Amino acid sequence: MSTQLPSTTGLLPPEFVAFTASPATEPFWDAAREHRLVVPRCSSCGTFRLPPAVFCWNCRSLDVEWIEHDGAGDLYSYTVIRHAVIPSMADVLPIVVGVVELPGTNGCRLIGDVIGCDPESVHIGMPLLLDWYDVADGSVPCFRPRA
Amino acid sequence: MTDRTLKDRAAIVGVGATPYYRRGRSLPQTTMDLAIKATLAALDDAGLGVDDVDGFALYGGNFVDTSLLAQVLGIPSVRFTAGLTGGGGGSAGSVGLAAAGVATGMADVVVSLMTLQQANMRFGASFAPKSAGGAGAYSAPSTPEYVFSSNAGLMAPGQMFAMLVQRHMHLYGTTREHLAEVAISTRNNAIRRPTSLMQEPLTHDDYFSARMISEPFCLYDYCMECDGAVAVVTTTPERARDLRHDPVYVMGAAQGGAGRWGQAMTWMGMPDEMFATSGHRPIAKDLYAMAGVGPADVDVALLYDHFTGMVLLQLEDYGFCGVGESGPFVAEGNIRWPDGGLPLNTHGGNLSEAYIIGMTHVKEAVEQLRGTAVNQVPDAEIALVTGGPASIPVSGLLLHR
Repeated sequence: MSTQLPSTTGLLPPEFVAFTASPATEPFWDAAREHRLVVPRCSSCGTFRLPPAVFCWNCRSLDVEWIEHDGAGDLYSYTVIRHAVIPSMADVLPIVVGVVELPGTNGCRLIGDVIGCDPESVHIGMPLLLDWYDVADGSVPCFRPRA
Repeated sequence: MTDRTLKDRAAIVGVGATPYYRRGRSLPQTTMDLAIKATLAALDDAGLGVDDVDGFALYGGNFVDTSLLAQVLGIPSVRFTAGLTGGGGGSAGSVGLAAAGVATGMADVVVSLMTLQQANMRFGASFAPKSAGGAGAYSAPSTPEYVFSSNAGLMAPGQMFAMLVQRHMHLYGTTREHLAEVAISTRNNAIRRPTSLMQEPLTHDDYFSARMISEPFCLYDYCMECDGAVAVVTTTPERARDLRHDPVYVMGAAQGGAGRWGQAMTWMGMPDEMFATSGHRPIAKDLYAMAGVGPADVDVALLYDHFTGMVLLQLEDYGFCGVGESGPFVAEGNIRWPDGGLPLNTHGGNLSEAYIIGMTHVKEAVEQLRGTAVNQVPDAEIALVTGGPASIPVSGLLLHR
Protein backbone atom coordinates (compact mmCIF):
# COMPACT_ATOMS: atom_id res chain seq x y z
CA MET A 1 0.00 0.00 0.00
CA SER A 2 1.45 3.23 -1.10
CA THR A 3 1.09 6.24 1.09
CA GLN A 4 -0.49 9.50 0.01
CA LEU A 5 0.35 12.12 2.53
CA PRO A 6 -0.16 15.83 2.77
CA SER A 7 3.01 17.71 3.64
CA THR A 8 1.58 18.62 7.05
CA THR A 9 2.03 15.11 8.44
CA GLY A 10 5.70 15.63 9.03
CA LEU A 11 7.52 13.56 6.47
CA LEU A 12 10.93 14.50 5.25
CA PRO A 13 10.56 16.38 1.95
CA PRO A 14 11.48 14.10 -0.98
CA GLU A 15 14.41 16.25 -2.11
CA PHE A 16 16.24 15.25 1.06
CA VAL A 17 15.92 11.54 0.40
CA ALA A 18 18.96 9.88 -1.14
CA PHE A 19 19.63 6.32 -2.18
CA THR A 20 23.39 6.38 -1.93
CA ALA A 21 24.21 2.68 -1.89
CA SER A 22 27.04 0.20 -1.96
CA PRO A 23 26.90 -3.41 -3.11
CA ALA A 24 26.28 -4.29 0.54
CA THR A 25 23.26 -2.02 0.95
CA GLU A 26 21.76 -2.19 -2.55
CA PRO A 27 19.53 -5.23 -1.82
CA PHE A 28 17.91 -3.32 1.05
CA TRP A 29 16.85 -0.46 -1.22
CA ASP A 30 15.90 -2.82 -4.06
CA ALA A 31 13.48 -4.58 -1.71
CA ALA A 32 12.27 -1.25 -0.32
CA ARG A 33 11.24 -0.27 -3.83
CA GLU A 34 8.85 -3.25 -3.64
CA HIS A 35 7.77 -2.26 -0.13
CA ARG A 36 9.56 -5.19 1.41
CA LEU A 37 11.81 -4.81 4.44
CA VAL A 38 14.79 -7.14 4.32
CA VAL A 39 17.48 -7.39 6.95
CA PRO A 40 20.80 -9.07 6.24
CA ARG A 41 21.66 -12.05 8.43
CA CYS A 42 25.00 -13.79 8.53
CA SER A 43 24.57 -17.25 7.03
CA SER A 44 27.50 -18.45 9.06
CA CYS A 45 26.63 -17.36 12.63
CA GLY A 46 23.08 -16.02 12.27
CA THR A 47 23.80 -12.46 13.45
CA PHE A 48 21.67 -9.75 11.89
CA ARG A 49 23.28 -6.46 10.94
CA LEU A 50 21.88 -3.07 10.03
CA PRO A 51 22.89 -0.96 8.20
CA PRO A 52 23.97 -3.76 5.89
CA ALA A 53 27.73 -4.29 5.79
CA VAL A 54 29.95 -6.59 3.78
CA PHE A 55 31.32 -8.40 6.82
CA CYS A 56 29.47 -9.85 9.78
CA TRP A 57 30.61 -7.86 12.82
CA ASN A 58 30.35 -10.97 14.96
CA CYS A 59 32.27 -13.54 12.90
CA ARG A 60 33.63 -11.61 9.90
CA SER A 61 31.91 -13.95 7.47
CA LEU A 62 31.01 -12.60 4.05
CA ASP A 63 28.06 -14.94 3.69
CA VAL A 64 24.72 -13.22 3.95
CA GLU A 65 21.05 -14.00 3.52
CA TRP A 66 18.32 -11.40 3.31
CA ILE A 67 15.53 -12.11 5.75
CA GLU A 68 12.14 -10.55 5.21
CA HIS A 69 10.70 -8.73 8.24
CA ASP A 70 7.26 -7.17 8.68
CA GLY A 71 8.81 -4.11 10.33
CA ALA A 72 6.38 -4.11 13.23
CA GLY A 73 8.09 -3.17 16.45
CA ASP A 74 8.08 -0.87 19.43
CA LEU A 75 9.48 2.64 19.50
CA TYR A 76 12.94 2.48 21.07
CA SER A 77 13.60 6.22 21.07
CA TYR A 78 12.58 9.30 19.13
CA THR A 79 12.95 13.02 18.77
CA VAL A 80 10.40 15.56 17.66
CA ILE A 81 12.14 17.98 15.33
CA ARG A 82 10.48 21.35 15.92
CA HIS A 83 13.10 23.76 14.63
CA ALA A 84 14.29 23.83 11.04
CA VAL A 85 18.04 23.87 11.41
CA ILE A 86 17.80 23.29 7.67
CA PRO A 87 15.57 26.20 6.65
CA SER A 88 13.91 24.42 3.75
CA MET A 89 12.43 21.87 6.15
CA ALA A 90 10.42 24.47 8.04
CA ASP A 91 7.16 23.77 6.21
CA VAL A 92 6.95 20.09 7.18
CA LEU A 93 7.75 20.39 10.87
CA PRO A 94 7.21 18.89 13.31
CA ILE A 95 8.80 15.69 12.11
CA VAL A 96 8.93 12.81 14.55
CA VAL A 97 11.99 10.68 13.85
CA GLY A 98 11.63 7.27 15.43
CA VAL A 99 14.06 4.46 16.15
CA VAL A 100 12.39 1.05 16.08
CA GLU A 101 14.01 -2.13 17.29
CA LEU A 102 13.07 -4.98 14.99
CA PRO A 103 12.00 -8.04 17.00
CA GLY A 104 14.00 -11.19 16.35
CA THR A 105 17.00 -9.40 14.82
CA ASN A 106 19.41 -9.29 17.80
CA GLY A 107 18.56 -5.66 18.36
CA CYS A 108 18.81 -4.21 14.84
CA ARG A 109 17.16 -0.84 14.65
CA LEU A 110 15.49 0.96 11.81
CA ILE A 111 15.04 4.73 11.69
CA GLY A 112 11.97 6.28 10.11
CA ASP A 113 9.52 9.12 10.47
CA VAL A 114 6.55 8.34 12.71
CA ILE A 115 3.46 9.53 10.86
CA GLY A 116 -0.29 9.46 11.24
CA CYS A 117 -0.42 10.54 14.85
CA ASP A 118 -0.24 13.55 17.12
CA PRO A 119 3.42 14.25 17.98
CA GLU A 120 2.33 14.72 21.60
CA SER A 121 1.10 11.12 21.74
CA VAL A 122 4.43 9.61 20.73
CA HIS A 123 6.20 7.69 23.48
CA ILE A 124 8.90 5.08 23.90
CA GLY A 125 7.41 1.61 23.80
CA MET A 126 4.65 2.73 21.43
CA PRO A 127 3.69 -0.13 19.08
CA LEU A 128 4.33 0.75 15.44
CA LEU A 129 3.74 -0.68 12.00
CA LEU A 130 6.01 -0.27 9.02
CA ASP A 131 4.82 1.80 6.10
CA TRP A 132 6.62 3.09 3.02
CA TYR A 133 7.17 6.58 1.76
CA ASP A 134 7.51 6.68 -2.01
CA VAL A 135 9.73 9.21 -3.70
CA ALA A 136 10.90 9.39 -7.30
CA ASP A 137 13.82 6.96 -7.06
CA GLY A 138 12.56 4.53 -4.47
CA SER A 139 10.88 4.11 -1.11
CA VAL A 140 11.98 4.71 2.43
CA PRO A 141 10.62 3.14 5.59
CA CYS A 142 8.36 5.07 7.91
CA PHE A 143 6.11 4.06 10.79
CA ARG A 144 2.51 4.41 11.90
CA PRO A 145 0.88 3.62 15.23
CA ARG A 146 -0.17 -0.02 15.57
CA ALA A 147 -3.52 -0.58 17.20
CA MET B 1 54.44 -1.63 33.69
CA THR B 2 55.75 1.79 34.69
CA ASP B 3 57.31 2.25 31.29
CA ARG B 4 53.91 1.71 29.71
CA THR B 5 52.09 4.59 31.34
CA LEU B 6 51.84 8.27 30.55
CA LYS B 7 51.33 9.17 34.19
CA ASP B 8 53.50 12.14 35.11
CA ARG B 9 55.56 11.83 31.95
CA ALA B 10 54.33 15.07 30.37
CA ALA B 11 53.08 18.43 31.54
CA ILE B 12 50.99 21.21 30.11
CA VAL B 13 52.95 24.45 30.33
CA GLY B 14 51.04 26.91 28.19
CA VAL B 15 47.51 27.71 27.11
CA GLY B 16 46.32 30.47 24.83
CA ALA B 17 43.26 31.54 22.92
CA THR B 18 41.94 34.10 20.52
CA PRO B 19 38.84 36.05 21.49
CA TYR B 20 35.71 33.95 20.94
CA TYR B 21 33.21 34.93 18.28
CA ARG B 22 29.70 34.00 17.24
CA ARG B 23 29.62 31.91 14.08
CA GLY B 24 31.11 33.83 11.17
CA ARG B 25 32.09 36.92 13.17
CA SER B 26 35.82 36.23 13.15
CA LEU B 27 36.08 37.35 9.53
CA PRO B 28 38.13 38.82 7.89
CA GLN B 29 40.71 36.83 9.83
CA THR B 30 41.52 33.48 8.28
CA THR B 31 41.61 30.15 10.11
CA MET B 32 45.41 30.38 9.90
CA ASP B 33 45.34 33.82 11.54
CA LEU B 34 43.32 32.42 14.41
CA ALA B 35 45.52 29.33 14.73
CA ILE B 36 48.71 31.34 14.90
CA LYS B 37 47.33 33.89 17.36
CA ALA B 38 46.29 31.11 19.73
CA THR B 39 49.58 29.26 19.31
CA LEU B 40 51.67 32.35 19.97
CA ALA B 41 49.55 33.18 23.00
CA ALA B 42 50.05 29.67 24.40
CA LEU B 43 53.80 29.79 23.79
CA ASP B 44 54.00 33.19 25.43
CA ASP B 45 52.04 31.84 28.39
CA ALA B 46 54.60 29.05 28.68
CA GLY B 47 57.61 31.30 28.27
CA LEU B 48 58.62 29.42 25.15
CA GLY B 49 59.27 30.56 21.61
CA VAL B 50 58.41 29.28 18.18
CA ASP B 51 61.91 27.85 17.88
CA ASP B 52 61.19 25.53 20.80
CA VAL B 53 58.22 23.84 19.11
CA ASP B 54 58.93 20.56 17.38
CA GLY B 55 55.57 18.83 17.39
CA PHE B 56 51.87 19.16 16.70
CA ALA B 57 49.05 16.95 17.97
CA LEU B 58 45.76 17.84 16.37
CA TYR B 59 42.33 16.28 16.23
CA GLY B 60 39.66 15.67 13.69
CA GLY B 61 37.85 18.60 12.26
CA ASN B 62 40.93 20.75 12.69
CA PHE B 63 40.88 23.28 9.95
CA VAL B 64 44.58 23.92 9.79
CA ASP B 65 47.21 21.28 9.11
CA THR B 66 50.72 20.98 10.45
CA SER B 67 52.22 21.52 7.01
CA LEU B 68 51.13 25.09 6.43
CA LEU B 69 51.04 25.94 10.13
CA ALA B 70 54.70 24.99 10.61
CA GLN B 71 55.69 26.89 7.53
CA VAL B 72 53.81 30.06 8.38
CA LEU B 73 55.01 29.97 12.00
CA GLY B 74 58.59 29.32 10.94
CA ILE B 75 59.09 26.16 13.02
CA PRO B 76 62.72 25.10 12.52
CA SER B 77 62.07 21.37 12.52
CA VAL B 78 58.95 19.27 13.01
CA ARG B 79 59.77 15.94 14.65
CA PHE B 80 56.29 14.79 15.61
CA THR B 81 52.98 15.46 13.90
CA ALA B 82 49.92 13.44 14.68
CA GLY B 83 46.19 13.81 14.59
CA LEU B 84 43.40 11.90 16.24
CA THR B 85 40.87 10.41 13.89
CA GLY B 86 37.23 11.33 14.20
CA GLY B 87 35.75 14.64 15.20
CA GLY B 88 35.19 16.70 18.31
CA GLY B 89 35.65 13.75 20.62
CA GLY B 90 39.40 14.16 20.31
CA SER B 91 39.88 17.44 22.18
CA ALA B 92 41.23 15.99 25.43
CA GLY B 93 42.80 13.18 23.43
CA SER B 94 44.90 15.55 21.37
CA VAL B 95 46.70 16.55 24.56
CA GLY B 96 47.09 12.86 25.41
CA LEU B 97 48.66 12.42 22.00
CA ALA B 98 51.02 15.32 22.68
CA ALA B 99 51.94 13.72 25.99
CA ALA B 100 52.65 10.44 24.20
CA GLY B 101 54.92 12.31 21.80
CA VAL B 102 57.01 13.91 24.52
CA ALA B 103 57.01 10.86 26.80
CA THR B 104 58.45 8.69 24.05
CA GLY B 105 61.09 11.21 23.10
CA MET B 106 59.67 11.85 19.67
CA ALA B 107 59.31 15.54 20.45
CA ASP B 108 60.06 18.04 23.21
CA VAL B 109 57.43 20.73 22.84
CA VAL B 110 54.11 19.83 21.23
CA VAL B 111 51.26 22.17 20.38
CA SER B 112 47.67 20.90 20.44
CA LEU B 113 45.23 23.19 18.76
CA MET B 114 41.64 23.69 17.71
CA THR B 115 40.78 26.35 15.20
CA LEU B 116 37.16 26.77 14.30
CA GLN B 117 35.61 29.17 11.85
CA GLN B 118 32.05 28.55 10.76
CA ALA B 119 31.51 31.30 8.23
CA ASN B 120 30.91 28.68 5.55
CA MET B 121 29.58 25.79 7.55
CA ARG B 122 27.15 24.98 10.30
CA PHE B 123 28.12 22.43 12.86
CA GLY B 124 24.53 22.55 14.02
CA ALA B 125 23.59 20.73 10.83
CA SER B 126 26.83 18.94 10.22
CA PHE B 127 25.22 15.87 8.72
CA ALA B 128 23.08 17.76 6.24
CA PRO B 129 23.96 17.12 2.61
CA LYS B 130 24.37 19.81 -0.02
CA SER B 131 20.92 18.93 -1.32
CA ALA B 132 19.48 20.47 1.85
CA GLY B 133 19.65 23.80 0.07
CA GLY B 134 21.80 25.71 2.53
CA ALA B 135 24.58 26.25 0.01
CA GLY B 136 28.02 25.93 1.56
CA ALA B 137 26.64 25.62 5.06
CA TYR B 138 25.59 22.03 4.48
CA SER B 139 28.15 19.81 2.93
CA ALA B 140 28.09 16.35 4.50
CA PRO B 141 28.73 13.59 2.01
CA SER B 142 25.91 11.11 1.63
CA THR B 143 27.18 7.60 2.41
CA PRO B 144 25.60 4.14 2.06
CA GLU B 145 25.36 3.92 5.87
CA TYR B 146 24.31 7.44 6.58
CA VAL B 147 21.21 7.40 4.36
CA PHE B 148 19.68 5.01 6.90
CA SER B 149 19.42 8.10 9.16
CA SER B 150 19.23 11.02 6.80
CA ASN B 151 16.30 9.52 4.90
CA ALA B 152 14.25 10.03 8.05
CA GLY B 153 15.50 13.58 8.55
CA LEU B 154 18.23 12.97 11.13
CA MET B 155 20.80 15.49 9.95
CA ALA B 156 21.95 17.35 13.04
CA PRO B 157 24.02 16.25 16.01
CA GLY B 158 21.40 17.68 18.36
CA GLN B 159 18.74 15.46 16.86
CA MET B 160 20.92 12.41 17.32
CA PHE B 161 21.90 13.08 20.92
CA ALA B 162 18.28 13.91 21.68
CA MET B 163 17.52 10.24 20.97
CA LEU B 164 19.97 9.07 23.64
CA VAL B 165 18.70 11.51 26.24
CA GLN B 166 15.06 10.74 25.43
CA ARG B 167 15.73 7.10 26.19
CA HIS B 168 17.59 8.01 29.38
CA MET B 169 14.50 9.94 30.46
CA HIS B 170 12.33 6.92 29.72
CA LEU B 171 14.58 4.47 31.56
CA TYR B 172 15.44 6.53 34.62
CA GLY B 173 12.94 9.35 34.97
CA THR B 174 15.38 12.09 34.03
CA THR B 175 13.48 15.33 33.37
CA ARG B 176 13.88 18.65 31.62
CA GLU B 177 14.41 20.18 35.07
CA HIS B 178 17.64 18.19 35.19
CA LEU B 179 18.72 19.45 31.78
CA ALA B 180 17.87 22.99 32.89
CA GLU B 181 20.13 22.64 35.92
CA VAL B 182 23.10 21.97 33.64
CA ALA B 183 22.24 24.92 31.39
CA ILE B 184 21.62 27.36 34.25
CA SER B 185 24.56 26.40 36.46
CA THR B 186 26.91 26.56 33.48
CA ARG B 187 25.55 29.97 32.53
CA ASN B 188 26.08 31.23 36.07
CA ASN B 189 29.75 30.35 35.68
CA ALA B 190 30.00 31.97 32.26
CA ILE B 191 28.61 35.35 33.21
CA ARG B 192 31.45 35.94 35.67
CA ARG B 193 33.99 35.70 32.86
CA PRO B 194 34.73 38.48 30.38
CA THR B 195 35.66 35.95 27.69
CA SER B 196 32.16 34.43 27.63
CA LEU B 197 29.85 35.06 24.72
CA MET B 198 26.87 34.63 27.04
CA GLN B 199 26.85 37.44 29.59
CA GLU B 200 23.29 37.39 30.89
CA PRO B 201 21.94 35.00 33.52
CA LEU B 202 19.65 32.24 32.30
CA THR B 203 16.52 31.97 34.41
CA HIS B 204 14.29 28.97 34.91
CA ASP B 205 11.59 30.85 33.00
CA ASP B 206 13.99 31.65 30.15
CA TYR B 207 14.79 27.96 29.87
CA PHE B 208 11.23 26.69 29.90
CA SER B 209 9.87 29.37 27.58
CA ALA B 210 12.60 28.82 24.97
CA ARG B 211 11.66 27.21 21.69
CA MET B 212 12.00 23.47 21.36
CA ILE B 213 14.59 22.49 18.79
CA SER B 214 14.60 18.71 18.82
CA GLU B 215 12.74 17.22 21.77
CA PRO B 216 13.70 16.88 24.52
CA PHE B 217 16.25 19.60 23.71
CA CYS B 218 15.25 23.24 23.68
CA LEU B 219 17.41 26.16 22.60
CA TYR B 220 19.36 26.28 25.87
CA ASP B 221 20.25 22.60 25.79
CA TYR B 222 22.47 23.38 22.81
CA CYS B 223 25.97 24.78 22.77
CA MET B 224 26.67 27.77 20.59
CA GLU B 225 28.16 27.80 17.11
CA CYS B 226 31.36 29.80 17.42
CA ASP B 227 34.64 30.86 15.85
CA GLY B 228 38.01 31.01 17.57
CA ALA B 229 41.13 29.07 18.40
CA VAL B 230 42.65 27.57 21.54
CA ALA B 231 46.17 26.15 21.80
CA VAL B 232 47.80 24.02 24.49
CA VAL B 233 51.54 23.44 24.86
CA THR B 234 52.85 20.17 26.31
CA THR B 235 56.43 19.26 27.19
CA THR B 236 58.47 16.99 29.43
CA PRO B 237 58.23 17.35 33.23
CA GLU B 238 61.94 18.18 33.34
CA ARG B 239 61.60 21.07 30.95
CA ALA B 240 58.29 22.15 32.48
CA ARG B 241 59.91 22.90 35.84
CA ASP B 242 61.90 25.83 34.45
CA LEU B 243 59.05 27.56 32.68
CA ARG B 244 56.78 30.45 33.57
CA HIS B 245 54.00 28.64 35.41
CA ASP B 246 53.84 25.65 37.68
CA PRO B 247 53.45 22.58 35.49
CA VAL B 248 50.12 20.82 35.15
CA TYR B 249 50.92 17.12 34.88
CA VAL B 250 49.13 14.54 32.79
CA MET B 251 48.00 11.83 35.24
CA GLY B 252 45.99 9.85 32.75
CA ALA B 253 45.02 10.04 29.09
CA ALA B 254 42.68 7.81 27.12
CA GLN B 255 40.95 7.89 23.78
CA GLY B 256 38.73 5.61 21.76
CA GLY B 257 35.66 3.78 22.94
CA ALA B 258 33.78 0.58 22.25
CA GLY B 259 34.01 -0.70 18.71
CA ARG B 260 30.28 -1.17 18.56
CA TRP B 261 29.77 2.44 19.67
CA GLY B 262 31.96 3.26 16.67
CA GLN B 263 29.98 5.45 14.37
CA ALA B 264 26.70 3.84 15.37
CA MET B 265 25.47 7.06 16.94
CA THR B 266 24.60 8.29 13.48
CA TRP B 267 22.24 5.35 12.88
CA MET B 268 21.32 4.54 16.48
CA GLY B 269 22.88 1.11 16.34
CA MET B 270 24.71 1.04 19.67
CA PRO B 271 24.15 -2.07 21.78
CA ASP B 272 21.25 -1.63 24.18
CA GLU B 273 23.46 -1.50 27.27
CA MET B 274 25.39 1.46 25.79
CA PHE B 275 22.55 3.37 24.18
CA ALA B 276 21.61 5.75 26.99
CA THR B 277 25.24 6.46 27.88
CA SER B 278 27.87 8.92 26.73
CA GLY B 279 30.11 6.21 25.28
CA HIS B 280 32.75 7.24 27.82
CA ARG B 281 32.73 4.21 30.13
CA PRO B 282 35.80 2.56 28.56
CA ILE B 283 37.65 5.88 28.70
CA ALA B 284 36.79 6.42 32.36
CA LYS B 285 38.04 2.96 33.26
CA ASP B 286 41.38 3.47 31.50
CA LEU B 287 41.84 7.00 32.84
CA TYR B 288 41.27 6.12 36.47
CA ALA B 289 43.47 3.03 36.14
CA MET B 290 46.36 4.99 34.67
CA ALA B 291 46.05 7.85 37.14
CA GLY B 292 45.50 5.61 40.15
CA VAL B 293 42.61 7.74 41.37
CA GLY B 294 38.83 7.54 41.31
CA PRO B 295 35.91 9.89 40.86
CA ALA B 296 36.00 10.98 44.51
CA ASP B 297 39.47 12.43 43.91
CA VAL B 298 38.37 14.78 41.12
CA ASP B 299 38.12 18.39 42.30
CA VAL B 300 36.73 19.96 39.15
CA ALA B 301 35.13 18.41 36.07
CA LEU B 302 35.38 19.96 32.63
CA LEU B 303 32.97 17.76 30.70
CA TYR B 304 32.34 18.27 27.01
CA ASP B 305 28.96 19.96 26.86
CA HIS B 306 27.62 20.21 23.34
CA PHE B 307 24.23 19.24 24.79
CA THR B 308 23.12 19.47 28.42
CA GLY B 309 21.82 15.92 28.52
CA MET B 310 25.12 14.44 27.45
CA VAL B 311 26.74 16.04 30.50
CA LEU B 312 24.35 14.02 32.67
CA LEU B 313 25.31 10.80 30.94
CA GLN B 314 29.01 11.54 31.40
CA LEU B 315 28.51 12.14 35.12
CA GLU B 316 27.28 8.54 35.30
CA ASP B 317 29.94 7.08 33.02
CA TYR B 318 32.73 8.71 35.06
CA GLY B 319 31.25 7.32 38.26
CA PHE B 320 30.28 10.58 39.98
CA CYS B 321 26.87 9.03 40.55
CA GLY B 322 25.18 5.75 39.75
CA VAL B 323 23.76 4.82 36.35
CA GLY B 324 20.44 6.59 35.97
CA GLU B 325 21.09 8.87 38.95
CA SER B 326 22.56 11.90 37.22
CA GLY B 327 19.27 13.80 37.26
CA PRO B 328 18.87 13.75 41.04
CA PHE B 329 22.65 14.26 41.37
CA VAL B 330 22.52 17.60 39.59
CA ALA B 331 19.19 18.55 41.18
CA GLU B 332 20.93 18.38 44.56
CA GLY B 333 23.28 21.18 43.45
CA ASN B 334 26.35 18.99 43.14
CA ILE B 335 27.68 20.54 39.93
CA ARG B 336 27.35 24.16 40.99
CA TRP B 337 30.35 26.37 41.54
CA PRO B 338 31.42 27.24 44.20
CA ASP B 339 29.41 25.18 46.68
CA GLY B 340 28.73 21.91 44.90
CA GLY B 341 30.73 18.79 45.57
CA LEU B 342 31.80 18.58 41.93
CA PRO B 343 32.02 22.03 40.34
CA LEU B 344 31.43 21.50 36.63
CA ASN B 345 32.43 23.57 33.63
CA THR B 346 33.53 26.49 35.75
CA HIS B 347 34.46 28.38 32.57
CA GLY B 348 30.96 28.32 31.16
CA GLY B 349 31.59 25.43 28.79
CA ASN B 350 30.57 24.99 25.21
CA LEU B 351 27.09 26.01 26.31
CA SER B 352 27.80 29.53 27.52
CA GLU B 353 31.43 30.58 27.21
CA ALA B 354 32.32 29.46 23.69
CA TYR B 355 32.28 26.32 21.60
CA ILE B 356 35.79 25.71 20.34
CA ILE B 357 35.16 21.98 20.14
CA GLY B 358 36.23 21.27 23.70
CA MET B 359 39.62 22.95 23.90
CA THR B 360 38.35 25.66 26.24
CA HIS B 361 37.84 22.84 28.74
CA VAL B 362 41.54 21.96 28.65
CA LYS B 363 42.46 25.62 29.09
CA GLU B 364 40.15 25.92 32.09
CA ALA B 365 41.52 22.76 33.70
CA VAL B 366 45.03 24.21 33.47
CA GLU B 367 43.94 27.53 34.98
CA GLN B 368 42.12 25.72 37.80
CA LEU B 369 45.22 23.69 38.65
CA ARG B 370 47.42 26.76 38.53
CA GLY B 371 45.02 28.47 40.90
CA THR B 372 44.35 31.30 38.46
CA ALA B 373 40.83 30.47 37.26
CA VAL B 374 38.19 33.18 37.32
CA ASN B 375 35.82 30.80 39.09
CA GLN B 376 38.51 29.12 41.12
CA VAL B 377 37.76 25.90 42.95
CA PRO B 378 39.73 26.29 46.20
CA ASP B 379 42.84 24.12 46.30
CA ALA B 380 41.92 22.22 43.16
CA GLU B 381 44.47 19.46 42.69
CA ILE B 382 42.92 17.11 40.16
CA ALA B 383 40.85 17.99 37.10
CA LEU B 384 39.00 15.77 34.66
CA VAL B 385 38.63 16.93 31.06
CA THR B 386 36.61 15.10 28.42
CA GLY B 387 36.16 15.25 24.66
CA GLY B 388 32.96 13.99 23.06
CA PRO B 389 30.35 12.19 23.32
CA ALA B 390 30.73 11.60 19.63
CA SER B 391 31.47 8.79 17.24
CA ILE B 392 34.72 7.29 18.49
CA PRO B 393 37.17 8.46 19.52
CA VAL B 394 35.87 10.05 22.65
CA SER B 395 38.65 11.03 25.01
CA GLY B 396 39.60 12.07 28.50
CA LEU B 397 42.42 13.55 30.52
CA LEU B 398 43.14 13.54 34.21
CA LEU B 399 45.46 16.38 35.17
CA HIS B 400 47.04 17.33 38.47
CA ARG B 401 49.06 20.22 39.71
